Amino acid sequence: MAQLKGWKEIPIGGMILEAGNAVEYLTGGWRAFRPVRGEAACTHCFQCWLFCPDSCILVDAENEKMLGFNLEHCKGCGICAAVCPVNAQVRRKAEQELDRDDPRLCIRIIEEGQAEE
Amino acid sequence: MSTFEALAGNEAVATAMRQIDPDVVAAYPITPQTSTVQKFADFVADGLVTTEFVTVESEHSAMSACVGASAAGARVMTATAANGLALMWEIVYIAASSRLPIVMSLVNRALSGPINIHCDHSDVMGMRDAGWIILFSENGQEAYDNLIQAVRIAEHPDVLLPVAVCQDGFITSHGMERVEIYDDADVKAFVGSYQPQWSLLDLQNPMTYGPLDFYDYYYEHKRQQVAAMEKAPEVILAVAAAFNRQFNRDYGMFESYRLGDAEVAVVVANSAAGTAKVVVDQLREEGLKVGLLKPRVFRPFPAQEMSAALRHVKAVAVMDRAISFGAMNNAGPLFLEIAAALALHGERMPIADYVFGLGGRDILPGEIESVYRDMFRAAESGRVEQMVTYLSVRE
Repeated sequence: MAQLKGWKEIPIGGMILEAGNAVEYLTGGWRAFRPVRGEAACTHCFQCWLFCPDSCILVDAENEKMLGFNLEHCKGCGICAAVCPVNAQVRRKAEQELDRDDPRLCIRIIEEGQAEE
Repeated sequence: MSTFEALAGNEAVATAMRQIDPDVVAAYPITPQTSTVQKFADFVADGLVTTEFVTVESEHSAMSACVGASAAGARVMTATAANGLALMWEIVYIAASSRLPIVMSLVNRALSGPINIHCDHSDVMGMRDAGWIILFSENGQEAYDNLIQAVRIAEHPDVLLPVAVCQDGFITSHGMERVEIYDDADVKAFVGSYQPQWSLLDLQNPMTYGPLDFYDYYYEHKRQQVAAMEKAPEVILAVAAAFNRQFNRDYGMFESYRLGDAEVAVVVANSAAGTAKVVVDQLREEGLKVGLLKPRVFRPFPAQEMSAALRHVKAVAVMDRAISFGAMNNAGPLFLEIAAALALHGERMPIADYVFGLGGRDILPGEIESVYRDMFRAAESGRVEQMVTYLSVRE
């Protein structure tokens, strides 16, 4: 972490006077759950990218590919998995309740520290 | 040209608001503040102000709207009382800690329950640690004068804190008195235009108000609030001096009334100080050397100056229109602070607390006289008979 400043050196009232600095604040450490890719093939529909509240879905915009997750900022909320239409399809075909870390899903939500396999 | 008008305190305050013409007023009506916002709403409807008047659904929303508008760079005012202030609570702290120079007219009223709409100071005493500058007013004239000064105090770059201007519910707010109303142009010139240093609407310089602030910086921001309070007295006195030059009325951190050669003193704020002055004059005619100290600036508390002003007296009675339940001897907040201030500045005269007037109970000249006579006995014996007296409560 950068050197912390004294009370005379910082803007009053907690004001932040520069824009776009949320990227400097690494919130990944808050995470208790982690999104990982599963077996079902991604269709690159970008629904997860659209809904992620922390802009943590990494994409190749030019080639319209979903690439993975920015785990430095992802808080593990699981919205990406919840909105994933491939996940919905897998669940429907399975005809049974699937845990959210089921390997058959497209986006799985596993416990932090749990092995991905 | 100033004019003399017969106005209730609330009307005087509304008139100050008309002259200040703030960018935004957000308020919810509550007795006994209602006639302030009612009168101000007339000014809005009549086109006498350019204010965006936000009629909200609660006081929590009123203070929230004030915070938002002030962060956007607007000059913002509100008015409330008692339970309305209590409902604002969460946002009252946010206004101060976000360093937003909001000005509030606070019409002092007893907090429920049981429900009561009349005067005491339990409402303002609850906000004493919230980080606001707090001014007391003896009468409608002072409520008017203080509100005008509050704008400049709040917006001063060295301060940037919200200011609450108190007046007593009904006694002052609805009591009609002679009030000198200054020329509109002079008041406008005195308050000037607000040039906010930061604004959420400044698209060229995007910034954030009120972000998450943890163990790494929250404490530093609290220290900054202390620094602003430390700067405030200098600004308050400078604004008072400018006000005196312009309008010929003298204000300080507190008023000393016939205190210079007094042997015993009473300390009492707001409207009861007016009654106490009558008692002082009567007792002086008897040859008794009595004086009065009337607090004006309660936050920041002028402990050192008050101790110096009381140094020579032989006994001090503080009169509190509120109780700090469970505090030392169940005393009132003003007593606790003045007793501590005197002791820490080495003054060891007897000091007693007289709680009075809760829920609008009248305080009569005879009762204040009895307090002075108690103090003469305390001065003679060197000790108070009772540390805290609940004046005129029935046994």
